[in-house]
Amino acid sequence: MVDKKKESLPISLDLLEALAKFQQIEFEDVELSFDELELRLSPGMVMSAPVVNTSQQIVPTVKPTQLLEAQVGIPPGEYLGKVVEVKLGATKADGGTRGRSFFIGGETAPAFYNFQAKTPNRPIIAMDVFDWGKVPLARAVKMHFREVVDDPAEWAKLCVEKFDADMINLHMLTIDSFIDDASPKSALKTVEDVLEAVDVPIAVGGCGDPKKDLEVFKVIAEATAGERILFNSVTLDMDIEATAKVVKENGHTVIAFTSMDVNKARELNRKLYDFLPKEDIVMDTTTAALGYGLDYAFTVMERSRLAALKGDPELNHPISSGSTNAWAAREAWMKMGPEWAPRELRGPIWETITAQTLLLAGVDYFMMMHPAAVQAVRTLINNLMSGKTPSEAPDWVSLKL
Amino acid sequence: MSPIEVYKMLPMTNCKECGESNCMAFAAKLVNREATLPECPLLMEPKHTEAYNKLWMLLKPAVKAVEVGTGDKSVTLGGEYVLYRHEFTYFNLPSIAIDLSDEMPQEEFEARIKIADEFEYEYIGMQLSLDMIALRSTSNDPATFEAAARKATDLTEMPLLLCALTPDVMEQALSAVGNKRPLIYAATKDNWKEMADLALKYNCPLVASAPFHLDALKSLARTLTEYGVVDIVLDPGTQWDEGIGKTLDNFTILRWDAINEEEEYLGFPLLGAPIVAWTEEADDPLINEWNEAMLTSALITRYSDILVVHSVSGWSLLPLVFLRQNLYTDPRKPVSVEAGVFNYGNPNEGSPVLLTTNFALTYYTVASDIEGAKMDCYLVVVDSEGLSVESAVAGRKMTADTVAEALVTFEVGDLVNHRHLIIPGRAARLSGEIKETSGWTVSVGPLDSSGAAKFVEDNWPPKTD
Ligand code: SF4
Repeated sequence: MVDKKKESLPISLDLLEALAKFQQIEFEDVELSFDELELRLSPGMVMSAPVVNTSQQIVPTVKPTQLLEAQVGIPPGEYLGKVVEVKLGATKADGGTRGRSFFIGGETAPAFYNFQAKTPNRPIIAMDVFDWGKVPLARAVKMHFREVVDDPAEWAKLCVEKFDADMINLHMLTIDSFIDDASPKSALKTVEDVLEAVDVPIAVGGCGDPKKDLEVFKVIAEATAGERILFNSVTLDMDIEATAKVVKENGHTVIAFTSMDVNKARELNRKLYDFLPKEDIVMDTTTAALGYGLDYAFTVMERSRLAALKGDPELNHPISSGSTNAWAAREAWMKMGPEWAPRELRGPIWETITAQTLLLAGVDYFMMMHPAAVQAVRTLINNLMSGKTPSEAPDWVSLKL
Repeated sequence: MSPIEVYKMLPMTNCKECGESNCMAFAAKLVNREATLPECPLLMEPKHTEAYNKLWMLLKPAVKAVEVGTGDKSVTLGGEYVLYRHEFTYFNLPSIAIDLSDEMPQEEFEARIKIADEFEYEYIGMQLSLDMIALRSTSNDPATFEAAARKATDLTEMPLLLCALTPDVMEQALSAVGNKRPLIYAATKDNWKEMADLALKYNCPLVASAPFHLDALKSLARTLTEYGVVDIVLDPGTQWDEGIGKTLDNFTILRWDAINEEEEYLGFPLLGAPIVAWTEEADDPLINEWNEAMLTSALITRYSDILVVHSVSGWSLLPLVFLRQNLYTDPRKPVSVEAGVFNYGNPNEGSPVLLTTNFALTYYTVASDIEGAKMDCYLVVVDSEGLSVESAVAGRKMTADTVAEALVTFEVGDLVNHRHLIIPGRAARLSGEIKETSGWTVSVGPLDSSGAAKFVEDNWPPKTD
């Protein structure tokens, strides 16, 4: 079973189907008993005075003959800060045209510290769609979108209908002067087509040119006022005031994007506060791929979130991650020796693990690409949110494999 | 804790035997965990015993370091000081123990050991590998387990995790391989006394197991400690699917209590068993492998010190060894390397000049590729504030101006008799501007430096220079 030849195995579409068929075991809903809370020791976050760990010193004089009682303190974690909630997308009832909207953020404890606080909002996954068919995509990704790469609206539809994307993360690459130098008007047309094709909330990204992006964002924002589109993104070298006003005056939201630097994130947020309510800002401190800087990305996000919970008023925003960046790792796409095959699995697991690691650092909004990775991370999120306690531990010791 | 505090307890002779110029310098190293107490020979003398003990209590990790195995391949589990890596650093990579059972067909048994033993991947100058063998007794037969344990130790030097809940079965394996310091799995509420006796008799570390019952786990740890067992590993239970939330909660609570609360009996390494992803039937074992990789990763992020893994597929193991290497890298290590121009092989004035940024990982990746391909060339490393090429271009930390400036500052023109620069594929959009600003002609190299050697072979010397 284990030594089965991997090269001949089904590629990831089959994996997806298999993942979908995979039945979850339902556990009985067990009431959590938090009697232990009364026995808690000093409050969290603050280091208590050193207690001598006697386990080093014990010289057993009389060996115990029975199990000795003990209770584990459940650290309550006393946090001063709270992450703001940001609403993405607007339904007809509240000024937009979307079928639904999402709240992200609102945390009062570190990511999935269920023993301290329930996660208030499910982190959501937006799938990337590009307005440029020639965008370089890894083979394992491209195979799922080959039919639709020249039509962003169809591409978006596929993501929502077939792959269950919560949102669409549209990238306007053609506005780049190095690509088509497309006009704001033609970009707007693409956005309108996508809004027409799907009814989930969307995000709209630029090409990275600070002037052109603003120009395009302005035209799109005005024509779609009230939709609470997530603009991706505002950066320190853009005209922050103008960008913020475009977002605010037209009822949208924005990603504040910086390099992997807590102070840069603070600086950009601070500058935005002059023009935008906090509830319109999501922050993104840059995602690097597993093996290519994920450790830095993880730690900057974890630090920002912990600082926010400790009360830092400039970092308490939901966090966004371009987990698609996982594909920048050569191990995600490169043909390697047969012992590392197939790359059709190596790629999506790379994206999955990049994303799930950042999920545990506090990410609320994912931009992802591979359908299997999207599905795997969503399943993990749902399971983490379920709050179930296993009724009994699975026996792996005597398992015959 | 300050170096001064530590300094006061050192012998204060400034004798330099520790290799430092004085006791204060040694104190600073101790505080940063770059040195250990026995490196000061004076401190090891009987008259300093009291100071030694005090220093040990001050400097010892909140999570005990437990040694498993003997010889070159022995591993240290735990030995950690902080909950979040930015507070200091994590130290000992979580060990990955590859699963075997005593009833596996001989061929499979041997093949799996070979894969575990020979697993190797080169990553920015490091060899990523696997660490241990987990041998389970599915036969529950003493002789079968003993034979398998013997065989495993014949085939590999990797340390063993011996898994059997029946003390007689465990004892027979220990009688054969107990001198190799395997980790014993496990003491439970039912067998703890017999297992504790075995751990003491063979001087082996012991796992205390009470899945999803934290109080029972602590009770075991306390009882074993008072029984005289010092090297303990805790198994709080692992589950996938809807049990993942509770699993991560338990690991986090235990590590938090050990570090932030210094709660007694909890300062031990934690064992995770992602192999539970195989307890559920899947249509295809690929699904089990996939789930196991996700579960292992989650447990690497959340404080596991040893992980029992069944899959031996390269695609599912590779991200795991990457992840633990990443998270256990010292975060105080700078993100960037020094900018400058570097020689590879034996370049001369006709050799190609390549360009990259000073993000450490980008630099090491490019450097190891051109070294591996035995190229003779110059590499210009631009200060991009520690960003990768793609991010540096997008974030305008590498522009035509900074590239032109680097060519001048590092006097690259003096090294070669041509004016031709090969830039990374991901910086393609800068090519026109670089040409304009620097006066060098430019060719756009491959997107990934693994293709650099081939690119140079095909395109050097450039046709229109
Ligand atoms: S060996 Fe010990 S006493 Fe001598 S200088 Fe080093 S720390 Fe001081």
